[in-house]
Amino acid sequence: MSDDTIISFDKVNKWFGDFHVLRDIDVLVAKGERIVICGPSGSGKSTLIRCINRLEAHQKGTIIVDGIELIDDLKNIDSIRSEVGMVFQSFNLFPHMTVKDNLVIGQYLVRRVPKSEAEEIAMTYLERVKIADQADKYPAQLSGGQQQRVAIARSLCMKPKIMLFDEVTSALDPEMVKEVLDVMVDLAQEGMTMLVVTHEMGFARTVADRVIFMDEGQIIEENTPDAFFDNPASERAQNFIGQVLHHL
Amino acid sequence: MEPILAPFKMPQPAPYQSKGLLGWLRINFFSSWFNSLITLVLIYIIFNLANFLIHWAFINAVWFGDSAKSCPDINAACWAFVTDRWRLFVYGLYPSELYWRVNIVYALAALTIISFLYSYGRWTKYFRITMIIIFPITAYIFLVGDAFDLKYVAPEEFGGLLLTLVIASIAILGSIPLGLILALGRTSDLKVISKVCTYFIEFWRGVPHIVIIVMFVALLPIFIPDGAGIDVVVRAFIAFAAFNSAYMAEVFRGGLQSIPIGQFEASRAIGMSYWKMMGYIILPQAIRNSIPALMNTCIMIFKETTIVMLIGFSDLLGIIQISLESSDWIGPPHIFSSAYTFAALIYFIFTFGMSKYSRRLENRSNIEQQ
Repeated sequence: MSDDTIISFDKVNKWFGDFHVLRDIDVLVAKGERIVICGPSGSGKSTLIRCINRLEAHQKGTIIVDGIELIDDLKNIDSIRSEVGMVFQSFNLFPHMTVKDNLVIGQYLVRRVPKSEAEEIAMTYLERVKIADQADKYPAQLSGGQQQRVAIARSLCMKPKIMLFDEVTSALDPEMVKEVLDVMVDLAQEGMTMLVVTHEMGFARTVADRVIFMDEGQIIEENTPDAFFDNPASERAQNFIGQVLHHL
Repeated sequence: MEPILAPFKMPQPAPYQSKGLLGWLRINFFSSWFNSLITLVLIYIIFNLANFLIHWAFINAVWFGDSAKSCPDINAACWAFVTDRWRLFVYGLYPSELYWRVNIVYALAALTIISFLYSYGRWTKYFRITMIIIFPITAYIFLVGDAFDLKYVAPEEFGGLLLTLVIASIAILGSIPLGLILALGRTSDLKVISKVCTYFIEFWRGVPHIVIIVMFVALLPIFIPDGAGIDVVVRAFIAFAAFNSAYMAEVFRGGLQSIPIGQFEASRAIGMSYWKMMGYIILPQAIRNSIPALMNTCIMIFKETTIVMLIGFSDLLGIIQISLESSDWIGPPHIFSSAYTFAALIYFIFTFGMSKYSRRLENRSNIEQQ
């Protein structure tokens, strides 16, 4: 494990009841690396990234994030979570708060940033995702694409070292996908460590350093995006890409 | 294939439907000969009913008098019973020379309600918090006394509307925080806490309220000798708060279950602790979603305070019944019907006020989220 490794999975296993959802996962992620994880539904790719901020607990193996091993120790876990930003498929903005307050609340409660300073930081990030003019609206007043950009800004406000994206464009209308991907491309160019679960091949090709292909709870294939999409080695990956391409 | 191009259409006004009062009437009441017939029959019934009620309650009613003899007309309301006895209804058996103390509490209660009804800019929060803290303390001091040179008045002497309002307030204000704690406990990941809360809720919910009240008031002193030291009224208050907290807990649990799992995950992903997540993200939404059921329970509690009659207390309804049996007023049934109409009206005024307030709370949160 080299010095710039920020996430390491060593023989990680997880079960949902009897269902073996992660099987002997070994992954090393370097600082600043952008990884796209893809695979058929139910392959465990979401569970994999949810283990990184311990929304899911693994049962066997070792996960080390930013030098801290993930074990059943609450304090430790809260501090990991504030270092790891996560964006969800269903946005999960807090509907009872304005857009700005959605960005302020975490800074204020978790990072203990004073309110006025937190509001300034919130506005900077809202400007970055080009949505500052909506700061005083409630999430339900925004379009899906706008909500997802707010969700990204909300995570960035926490100054995370790692960003996790869990199928963030899957719930969007087609014409809104681009505005969200643009924000993610910008973020990648700034050197953020990113793990992205997505089927957006265009995004993977422009941004990713590495593509991880999963099926049935295991990593089947890892490669550079161009090599993976143009010339998948395993049969499962060939089938998967064939099916995904069919719909594009 | 040649493309088929459809011409672009500009928006047009909607066709004539229901313009003005006449159009609205025609569509809603006279759309066919049968509907017109129903409308006319209903108008006739409503007119006759209103006619009767106005004569019964106002025109022929007797407003003042000192005994059943003042109301000879059995086809008219006898409000004389109410105007003759209103002090008893409002103050119960409270010593009449100390009515001013009750009046102060009523005035403070009104002020507390006013603080929640309107917005006072940036003072709103402070005004409400002050009232919610000051009101129970001052109400206790003034009603019970035994402090600051105020003469002691035993809670047994409360009665009438005063007792009804005191029991209802304690039951409602006590059961809301208790219910919230129970709901959080029941939904907790810790199995022991969850089980304890579940059985607590099931027990209080499953036993008839009359049984609980009688047990607290009559049986508790037998089992716990020291329990006899706790005032009988206080024991009734505790019983009310306890079994109503079980209903409140289920109301709040419903609210908690209405919150999508994503809200919990997003809060957790940001790094919030359980209590921060609950306090700032989950409960504000869950409580808002609970408002209709919450107010339903509050109204139920308010009306159910009348079961204290069974253990010998005279709440509003109880004191009206006692007054009906007094030698001056015992007699013809129209005094009965007038008395119960009055009681119904008073209960309705309070519960209707509560439901109006809850609808306002709902509307306010709807506006914010649209």
